[in-house]
Amino acid sequence: MRFPTAQAPFLAPVNSVNRIMLEVLVALIPGLAALVWQFGPGVLVQCMIALLAAELGEAAMLSLRRRPIVPTLKDYSAALTAVLLAISLPPLAPWWIPAFGTLFAIIIGKHLYGGLGYNPFNPAMVGYAVLLISFPQHMTAWLPPKELSGSALSFADNWNAIFSRTLPWDMTFDALTMATPLDTIKTQLGLNRLLDEIQSGGLFSGIGGRGWQWVNFGFLLGGLWMLKRGIIAWQIPVGFLAALFAVALLFFLIDPAVYPTPLFQCFSGAAMVGAFFIATDPVSASTTPRGRLIYGALIGLLVFVIRSWGGYPDGVAFAVLLLNLAAPTIDHYTRPRVYGHPT
Amino acid sequence: MARTQGGGSVNLFKLWNFHGGLHLDGHKRESCRAPLAVAHLPERLVFPLQQRNGEDSKPVIAPGDRVLKGQVIAHDDSPFNPPIHASSSGIVRAIEDLPLPHPSGLSGACIVIETDGEDAAIDFAGIADYRQCSPDELRRMIYEAGIVGLGGAAFPTSVKVAPGSDRKVDTLILNGAECEPYITCDDSLLSHHPEDVLEGAKILLHILQAERCLLAVEDDMPDALAALEKAKRCGDFEAIQLVRVPAIYPTGGEKQLISVLTGREVPMRGIPADIGIVCQNVGTAAAVYNAVVHGTPLISRIVTVTGRGVKQPQNILARIGTPLADLIQQCGGHTNEAERLVLGGPMMGFGVPTDDLPLTKSANCILVAGRNELIGEKRALPCIRCGACANACPVNLLPQQLYWYGRSDQIERALDYNLFDCIECGCCDYVCPSHIPLVQHFRATKGKAVAKRREREKADHARLRFESRQLRKEQEKRERAESAKRKKETLGTGKAPEILEAIERAKLRRAEKTAQPSGNSDPIDHDKRETVTPPTAAEAHRTSADTGHIENPSDDRKSEAQPMSSEID
Repeated sequence: MRFPTAQAPFLAPVNSVNRIMLEVLVALIPGLAALVWQFGPGVLVQCMIALLAAELGEAAMLSLRRRPIVPTLKDYSAALTAVLLAISLPPLAPWWIPAFGTLFAIIIGKHLYGGLGYNPFNPAMVGYAVLLISFPQHMTAWLPPKELSGSALSFADNWNAIFSRTLPWDMTFDALTMATPLDTIKTQLGLNRLLDEIQSGGLFSGIGGRGWQWVNFGFLLGGLWMLKRGIIAWQIPVGFLAALFAVALLFFLIDPAVYPTPLFQCFSGAAMVGAFFIATDPVSASTTPRGRLIYGALIGLLVFVIRSWGGYPDGVAFAVLLLNLAAPTIDHYTRPRVYGHPT
Repeated sequence: MARTQGGGSVNLFKLWNFHGGLHLDGHKRESCRAPLAVAHLPERLVFPLQQRNGEDSKPVIAPGDRVLKGQVIAHDDSPFNPPIHASSSGIVRAIEDLPLPHPSGLSGACIVIETDGEDAAIDFAGIADYRQCSPDELRRMIYEAGIVGLGGAAFPTSVKVAPGSDRKVDTLILNGAECEPYITCDDSLLSHHPEDVLEGAKILLHILQAERCLLAVEDDMPDALAALEKAKRCGDFEAIQLVRVPAIYPTGGEKQLISVLTGREVPMRGIPADIGIVCQNVGTAAAVYNAVVHGTPLISRIVTVTGRGVKQPQNILARIGTPLADLIQQCGGHTNEAERLVLGGPMMGFGVPTDDLPLTKSANCILVAGRNELIGEKRALPCIRCGACANACPVNLLPQQLYWYGRSDQIERALDYNLFDCIECGCCDYVCPSHIPLVQHFRATKGKAVAKRREREKADHARLRFESRQLRKEQEKRERAESAKRKKETLGTGKAPEILEAIERAKLRRAEKTAQPSGNSDPIDHDKRETVTPPTAAEAHRTSADTGHIENPSDDRKSEAQPMSSEID
């Protein structure tokens, strides 16, 4: 009897890229739910637009690059990029914001920078950075959390606002939108007001600002689930959050009138989604155990620096992008000790 | 990290962890449920002359000869090539090229014996008390019995139990941690013949002059452990400690098992004996016992025949040289869904194209896979650098980096990332979400690295040859010019240059004698030294040895190369 031969190992693999990506998408659900709860269903519309743009962009680039289209679309990596970008956008941003951002992320940030596995930067954050630099006005116009506004726009209202820039008769965009807590602190501190004064506003309550803390809790929950499932390693989120907390604590102790509490830093803005979902993007992150800790910690530090002294409402995107390029070198210097080799 | 093993009747024993590893579905039940079978005598036995990766052994019989069971049919002078014995009686039919059970699928010279059904054996002479023998005598017996490691690597046992006088061995480890899925031949041996293994351990302890033996079995082998405990109570086996180790693949890897049991690591490029340990498979220990006490050479072994492609999976005690097809036949034959044949386990075994191959000493498992039970080619996606491979690597390598460098032909970088520390266990391959055949890549990169080194060595050699040739040619040219010059000078005198030279030398000596101590002011001497290349150390040695023949005028070159003073003495 004749048999086909092959090389060991012969056991079928248990894991797959699309399973990993799918589980990350699932892990985003609690955070996404908190966003919908606090800021209305606009984010779902943003996700839809981004997903559509991502799949179209991916298919177009794959066909241009003469790569197999269907198996690659099934790996959900473009979908994940789309959702990560969409949840970073203000819920009422006009439709072309997610469309442009996602297409840029997929076409330039992913494919032209090398394709899956070779792109040096986190594609979602490339898209976000381009949007923030190019359209700062749209990118900073967030909605007030539900706890503050009391009423919420319906799905249809959101839809119309996003696609035709029309709102119910008694509302205007200017009146409806407001800055995020982080953004508020930055601009108000710039006007020489003190933190006590600023934080007495209704936007600030709890530990991370109204609404925002729930969003962060949601992403923390999803992140812990991913840790338990072994989809991400603990080193990057722990390094990120520990460094952010430590440096925030240091400055808070030095001057509490200007620097918010470390807990506020960790539960506000994109801290949790950044620590668990953005910085952990495997392709662009460090891959050695010690390297991941260092990489995460450097991002955490940079987030604090950009938040405290930079010109942007949050620092996660830029911190991640700036450290992405350091990952290969960090990896090189943090190789684990191989069995039997001297320490 | 250490942990203490609790519960059970096994003594408390501190265990250690190694990095990475996998929990795999064992598939052990299939083959271990049935009792140990004994293979029928096949009509034909085939013995490849190549045993490991070394040279072929030389046949000591010829076609037409009648051989007896246990008779040496091929041997070699190398200690790495123990003799091959006939595993039953019969007539040597041929010595011919046949397919080998080897991953390459190549053919090689084999001795083919047609059995006569009598199974007549030579007289096996064992030793009543091995303690009366010196370790060296016992090592020779192990060599003569053709014993190699039965765990799969087939490394000659006599070499392994001779760690050298500079290495003090304190611990013998018997490896019964059969970590690869499907394989249960060690389990079966330990369950059915525990005393053979324990007795073998005592002999090995005596050879190594080691104090203790740790016999490791995995925690999913309760029958083996119970049988061992029972046998241990019945005899004097104080020095042997039974240890239950967790069933994590690849605990049965030599280095990993050493880590788990002792917390020690074999140093890079070292051997276990460097840290006072010798590791042997349990089957090897039983073979040592049979060789020393009963005088039986290694002519049979237990092999697992399993997989959904075979009707009655079981362990079977079979003669070395038995065609695999016969063994599969005895296990009920192939099922309809048989689609793949693997020798060894699914993680480190190798696929073979046919079952028309002989059973070798190293074959621990014949795995006939059913439909989709095992896979062949994988459809690979790009590496997403998730690091799952690095987490699983028992050696703590960074497979994602090795893959990256190997793929882009950066061999030096791959070597720098310790490519050759890879044990090819397949853990990284198995966990890779992109389904990249990493081990295959690493094997290829290793091959490239070896080829590159050979090429470099060859280039170095060629360069050296070229340089010395250049040097020689230059020197010859100089010498020719020199002798032409001298010829021209001495043309008028009509004397041969050698004679002239001798006269010159005599004159010199006289001058030297009179004008001492201003010895080295001679202009000729000075001149000559300039034109002569200084000899190398070896040449210098030769020159001084040759001084006796220097007056031979025909050897022009030699006289040229002599420093003046040595010629004169």
